[in-house]
Amino acid sequence: MTASLGKHAWVLGLLVLFLVLIGLTKLVQPSFSLAGIESLTRAALPFAFATAGMAVVVIVGGIDLSVASMMAVCAVTAAVLMERMAGVPAILIVLAVGLGMGLINGVLIVLTKVPDIVATLAMLFVWEGTALLILNTPGGATADWVEAGIRGSFLIGWFPKALVVLVVGIALVWVPLRRSKLGLSIYATGSDETAAFRSGVPVGRTKIIAYGICGLYCAMGGLSLAALTGIGEPVPGPYLLASVAAVVLGGVVLGGGKGGLLGPIIAVFILRIIRSILTFLSVDPNVTTIIEGVIMVAVVMLGAALTHRGTRK
Amino acid sequence: MNDIAALDASGISKSFGAVRALTDAHLRVAAGEVVALMGANGAGKSTFVKIITGALRPDTGKVMIRGQEAHVGSPAQARRSGLVPVYQEPSLIPDLDVGDNLRLGDTPVAAFQSWTEKLGVPDVRLSDMISDLPLATLRILDLARSLAAEPDVLLLDEMTAALPTDLVERVLKVVRERANAGMGVIYVSHRFTEISELCDRASVLRDGQTVGDLPIEPGVEEKAVELMLGQSLNLSRQRSSEDRKVLGGTPRLSAKDLAAGPKLTDVSFDLYSGEVLGVVALEGQGQDELFDVLSGFQRPTAGQIEVDGSPVNFGHPADAISAGLTIVPGDRSEALLAERSVRENIALPFAAQVRNWGPLRLRKERSRVDYAIDRLQIDTRAKGEVQRLSGGNQQKVTIGRWLAAGVQTLLLFDPTRGIDVRTKRQIYPLARELAENGAAVLFYTSELEEVALACDRAIVIFNGRVVAEIDAADADEQTLMRAAYGLMNAEGTA
Repeated sequence: MTASLGKHAWVLGLLVLFLVLIGLTKLVQPSFSLAGIESLTRAALPFAFATAGMAVVVIVGGIDLSVASMMAVCAVTAAVLMERMAGVPAILIVLAVGLGMGLINGVLIVLTKVPDIVATLAMLFVWEGTALLILNTPGGATADWVEAGIRGSFLIGWFPKALVVLVVGIALVWVPLRRSKLGLSIYATGSDETAAFRSGVPVGRTKIIAYGICGLYCAMGGLSLAALTGIGEPVPGPYLLASVAAVVLGGVVLGGGKGGLLGPIIAVFILRIIRSILTFLSVDPNVTTIIEGVIMVAVVMLGAALTHRGTRK
Repeated sequence: MNDIAALDASGISKSFGAVRALTDAHLRVAAGEVVALMGANGAGKSTFVKIITGALRPDTGKVMIRGQEAHVGSPAQARRSGLVPVYQEPSLIPDLDVGDNLRLGDTPVAAFQSWTEKLGVPDVRLSDMISDLPLATLRILDLARSLAAEPDVLLLDEMTAALPTDLVERVLKVVRERANAGMGVIYVSHRFTEISELCDRASVLRDGQTVGDLPIEPGVEEKAVELMLGQSLNLSRQRSSEDRKVLGGTPRLSAKDLAAGPKLTDVSFDLYSGEVLGVVALEGQGQDELFDVLSGFQRPTAGQIEVDGSPVNFGHPADAISAGLTIVPGDRSEALLAERSVRENIALPFAAQVRNWGPLRLRKERSRVDYAIDRLQIDTRAKGEVQRLSGGNQQKVTIGRWLAAGVQTLLLFDPTRGIDVRTKRQIYPLARELAENGAAVLFYTSELEEVALACDRAIVIFNGRVVAEIDAADADEQTLMRAAYGLMNAEGTA
């Protein structure tokens, strides 16, 4: 009971931190307004999807270093397809491509028993090359309505459309999964693989599916990336390290079994808003990354201190 | 006996590369029968268990459950075909709550709860996180989950090892009842008392072969041991009081009114060089804290430790080691580097001592390690990685490293837990030899017979206090048991 309270406390703490940071932003930049939140959300969207995918594989006890490359493949695929065909089938194809790439990663890890960090590092290069084969310079074009889908606000005046897209993306994939036995198996495998195997969990299949879901979220990330820029960019962006950072900050334990998607996604917004605060304060961008790193270490140390207090015998 | 056995495994063989773990193992369990599966260290018992439960595929032979060949490729399939195992270590998921763990294995909740009640842990809630529950409770939950699946065959692999006596009794009673109702049970254990209480038969495995089937009757212990060893063995002599050296002078290690945590309230004793002092206690009487304090893992809240007559304060395990106190923990995994070699594990404590920086003196190291390996008869076929050794051989490594390092004071915490009989009987003389060479040995044991086999005298701890000091010559199991249950006053008389 205390553990589940602690889990929620972490997410709540992140939420409070986020609100405080918004207040701080308003303080240092009085012109920051709802429009600012809208653009913040929009810019955070690809990061949020990459983080969601990374969180799923970390929960299952793995890691996927190829997220940014898979996003690049999906972004160029989207840009190339949308030049030639209708948007909706193109989106479906891109989602399938992402899912397929994730499943390939998973099958590779499970069948060859190559450690995940090595296998996905190798796949990072494979997917990077694939993206460049599809489109060797930034190009293609996305349909206008796709960009309109994430820009601006939804129904009521202030609610960012990008947030709606994010919520739908999480709600359609993760929420039903989390409640299913498969979701339970993902947590079980990450928590203790031997015990999960002995409890009758098909461990290999569970891992493959988790990697597949990661690929699916990377497809969503790639699509939002293409929509944001209006073109396909074959060179992977800074999404790998950013997603690992957000996953850790979001309370998902590297090693698996603990945490959820809400924490990491809030963490994405926290990391983005810290960056904009530092920009508003005209801090040197090089210093910005140092500060981000320090914050991460501090937060993770705090988390470790809290859990240690709980488990001390 | 029924024509159709609940479980019939025959002609099982299995090799790992060049090592033949099983050559011809078989086991037949009728419905309603409880069969003990016994075997010494390295006899192939755990391989056999893995094959029966579907974690490994045999090279030859087949496993039939209720007359149907079970193509068990995984624990999940074994479960579906009617065989449910309870493993040596808990197989519940630490980061999920009890309810989710049940959901994972499709366990009916109502049946599970009725079993937990019968097994004596009624206050477990479905919302309890597994990682918050004590080990003994987890073992019971494992069993309750298995029983709720209504298996045809239940396999219990050393499951009572972590249980206090009252829970062991409950487990044996419930298992016996289920067997009487027609369930077949395979009981893997080293504990003769439990086997003779529960089982109908004992099947003995030696060197990968099933070598015999013994009915449970008085005297079965010696027969089983003989079968396991393949030769008759002479019992370690009972130590008599004439034997006992008169020890005097300054105690090597002296504990004065030690207290720590809620459990250890007031323990004093003197340990002299040249003796093995037994420590006897039921589960959770403060012995864990005592050993933690003596080895520097925990600071005492009251009392004083003296080494060679001078007071010491241990703030770190390294302080205890430099005072000459070394511990062999009950949990072997706390002491060994599982992925490193036998050689490195033995050399570790004195590699640091021979030279702190720069190259290790390999030749010296090698000769000392060779001596330890030879002395302990460590089976080094799997010497590449310690984790591949059997439990008994791993324990020999943890003791062997101190032998090689030339130990002064050795704190053994239940060194024979979960170890086969043959290795156990190599560990007792080892403790004695260390003492005869001038070391002082403190020997906590959860098996009462070990006091007479290995110790000069024993102190009994109950409720965090020393309640009796008993000479090994008088340390029959009944006396010890009475003392351990606090039925004896401090003078050692009833």
